[in-house]
Amino acid sequence: MSLQSRVDQARERTSGSRTGLRAPRLTGAGRPRWSAIVVLIAVVVSIPVVSVLVQAFASAGSLALPGDLGLMVLSTVALLLLVGLGTSVLGVGLAWLVTAYEFPGRRLFSWMLVLPLAMPAYVLGFLFLSTFGPAGGPARAAREVFGGSGFVELLSGWFGAPVVMTLTLYPYVYLLSRAAFRGQGQATWDAARMLGASPWRAFRQVLLPLARPALAGGLAVVMMETLTDFATVQYFGVRTVSVGVYLTWKGSFDFASAAQLSVLVLAFAVMVLTAERILRGGARYDSRGGHRPPAAPTLLTGAGRWWAFAAAGAVLAAGFVLPVAQLLWWAVTATAADSSALSTSRFATNLTNSAVMAALAAIACVGLALLLTHGVRMTGGRLARAAAQLTTFGYAVPGAVIGIGVLVAFAAFDGWLEALGVPGGTGLVVTGSVLGILASYIVRFLAPAYQAVDASFTTISPSVTNSAFSLGASPLRVLRRVHLPMSRSGIAVALVLVAVDAVKELPLVLLLRPFGFTTVSVWVYELANENFWEQAALPALLIVALAIVPVWFLVRQVRLAEPHKQVIS
Amino acid sequence: MTGALDLTGVSKSYGDTPAVRALDLSVAQGEILALIGPSGCGKSTLLRLVAGLERPDQGTLRVGGEVVAGTASAVPNSPNSSVGHAPVTRAQWVPPEKRRVGLVFQEHALFPHLSVGDNIRFGLDGVRRTEQDARVREVLDLVHLPHVADRYPHELSGGEQQRIALARALAPRPAVVLMDEPFSSLDESLRARVRTDTVDILRATGTTAVLVTHDQTEALTVGDRIGVMRDGVIEQLGTPVQVFERPVSRFVASFMGDADFLPSSVDEHGLACELGLVTVQTDVADAEVVVRPHEVSLTLPGPETDGAEHHGALAVVDRVEYHGAFILHTVLLPSGRTVRSWQPHSIRYPVGTKVFASIHPGMVPSLLVGERTVTHAPNTH
Repeated sequence: MSLQSRVDQARERTSGSRTGLRAPRLTGAGRPRWSAIVVLIAVVVSIPVVSVLVQAFASAGSLALPGDLGLMVLSTVALLLLVGLGTSVLGVGLAWLVTAYEFPGRRLFSWMLVLPLAMPAYVLGFLFLSTFGPAGGPARAAREVFGGSGFVELLSGWFGAPVVMTLTLYPYVYLLSRAAFRGQGQATWDAARMLGASPWRAFRQVLLPLARPALAGGLAVVMMETLTDFATVQYFGVRTVSVGVYLTWKGSFDFASAAQLSVLVLAFAVMVLTAERILRGGARYDSRGGHRPPAAPTLLTGAGRWWAFAAAGAVLAAGFVLPVAQLLWWAVTATAADSSALSTSRFATNLTNSAVMAALAAIACVGLALLLTHGVRMTGGRLARAAAQLTTFGYAVPGAVIGIGVLVAFAAFDGWLEALGVPGGTGLVVTGSVLGILASYIVRFLAPAYQAVDASFTTISPSVTNSAFSLGASPLRVLRRVHLPMSRSGIAVALVLVAVDAVKELPLVLLLRPFGFTTVSVWVYELANENFWEQAALPALLIVALAIVPVWFLVRQVRLAEPHKQVIS
Repeated sequence: MTGALDLTGVSKSYGDTPAVRALDLSVAQGEILALIGPSGCGKSTLLRLVAGLERPDQGTLRVGGEVVAGTASAVPNSPNSSVGHAPVTRAQWVPPEKRRVGLVFQEHALFPHLSVGDNIRFGLDGVRRTEQDARVREVLDLVHLPHVADRYPHELSGGEQQRIALARALAPRPAVVLMDEPFSSLDESLRARVRTDTVDILRATGTTAVLVTHDQTEALTVGDRIGVMRDGVIEQLGTPVQVFERPVSRFVASFMGDADFLPSSVDEHGLACELGLVTVQTDVADAEVVVRPHEVSLTLPGPETDGAEHHGALAVVDRVEYHGAFILHTVLLPSGRTVRSWQPHSIRYPVGTKVFASIHPGMVPSLLVGERTVTHAPNTH
């Protein structure tokens, strides 16, 4: 799931759909074949989730849940709350700081604070572990005080997991809050200040309530990401429900218990989205305020300005600058110590695996996204529109659920093949398969692809489509000669977004990979798990470098929205 | 029923909102029909129905005599079918790309990634390349832009883009060209010129065209006939002269040009309003007189207007608007009502001037009873 579309979706949920009531009616004449294509894609994409539900409820008679289920649920709730709290404080606080106050480096910080999004949690996780983990200095010191009872491990795990998650995820809340403060907030902020409210009171009583929908949207994204992760938290020995799904499947290959646990994960996801709705309340942005000139930030003086600088700088350093520096240092020293590290065949193989998976996922997702957007425009019907919208909800389904769902669906397919007389079916299920990874990628990454292509399509006026029809072009010719060339930029963006997401993705590969199949992300994870941090640094850097690309799209947006002169002292 | 375009009983609703209601319309070969009406009157829906962008709920649409939507009564003429069978009726639907209907949009909708030549060639798919090139040259000559084939749409001015859009629509020789507010994206200064050029091109090629507009002047100058639409129905269909001078209803009268409405009374001379006698007819009761500003004459009171109450009224100039060639005077009548009057450039009465307001001799204002106009004998005075 791309950052861009996560933020866009959260923004849309809070500000009303972009393709809502005002969506132009297109060729409402109805083309049943294209409606069928769109609906078919939606059905296929929702198969995994449906499979999990069917499997779980079919086996509901014999509950096969692990013994420490209560602890898992508790851990999940605790982690969600801690990460939620952490990202709210950092996200809203920093957004407010760079919006309302002028201090050294404010403009630079305003976009650089988005950068930690490029740091996957499983990379920051092992860096954190190397410093604060059991082998690190602080833990060793603490163990001398508390003894080796495991208390220190527990504490450092429950400190490390939320901190790492918070540092990598707070930018979602930051971006949405900042947009809220800059857009709607300006006029009301001015009004509150004119009425004599102090900045703090205006913030608390006027802006914070106004930013509530944005905060809710950002938090929902953060919690979904937290819920999806089952790799990073394992560094820290935190066992969430998603971890349970992974361990149960890898331990017993038992569909029933894995599916039952997956439904539990899904229930958490539904709860998060429900909570978002409640927190958002009836509130919606009114984007009419969007073009108002922004209020001038208050100039901080004396020590205040350096405190502000230190706060923003500390977060940026902890979330991005120091980790990248550490990775660079390790990569350089490891390569210097063993110059063959770069040319090992493992590196080449893993890189090829990642690249091929990313390319296949990108092409498949963008191809489907094109069919969806074009199909919706061909039919213009409500059914097709709803079906296309349905395909984007893959983002709201945690990775563990998709993974188990794909497995269950493949198993059912195998059973069906065997019934048809193919012995052993495809034999893909237990051993895992590359095809399974690809299927799960499509379910999960169709949303960003669809949104990027759809955004491009919205710039193509319906009258252009209609002109092409009136000139005798068939729907396929319209796609090839008009829609495809005119949405080239959106297609390119979609390809990049999906490819980068696919390279970054860890949980789905871990769950579904066949024995011996390793991508760069899995490699980093394995090396980190075995404390070969120096060797993990180079592939980790590669992932971070790639992950910066979609973050850069976001940063560009933030910088474009940034006015050039606005300081009044 | 052999026009270029025939609609019979066509209806279309969006949910509970009817957009076009049981509409009958026939456009003759080579005719230019202007559809006009306030927004939401259904004129654009009508265009979309003809183009095939919407399916009618009811009724039949024919383009060039061929049914493109609705129920077609096909007389069985194959030798196998027994004689005397009732005509077979079946629902027919021709998608927009097979309708031979050209479209020109307000925003021109040229393909930005194709050159002008390729834009025009787009509609000539399946034609031999040499013929394509010949046709591209032909239509570019037609719109007086023979040199722009290799340029891209963004390199052209708005007026040129509009002409290319027309050339592109004409290239496949459609049975009818539909134009949706084709001039409203152009500057005021350019609009009249492009409009004239467009009409010339349509006439020169004998193209049947339906033009949707909200601009009265545009409808009056372009259309062979004008259809004034309201609430999904064509309220009046007629020549510009008929629609302007003999509106069938209060709505048409006030929508097509300015009009003031004055109550009338009947006495032994005939029917009169405050501005004088309108008609010798005495059998119309409670009529309102539709007075258009160009029908109202203003003169300075003098001996000849003394005691001429039957022919006009003493009024006071209330407001003067300078419109360039003409000056619009609003005058206050003794009854407290106001009427407007166009005066030539040379006549400009200052506010407060006492004037004698009357109906120009020879002018025959329409009479309204309720919402509809009534026909009446001409004024003989």
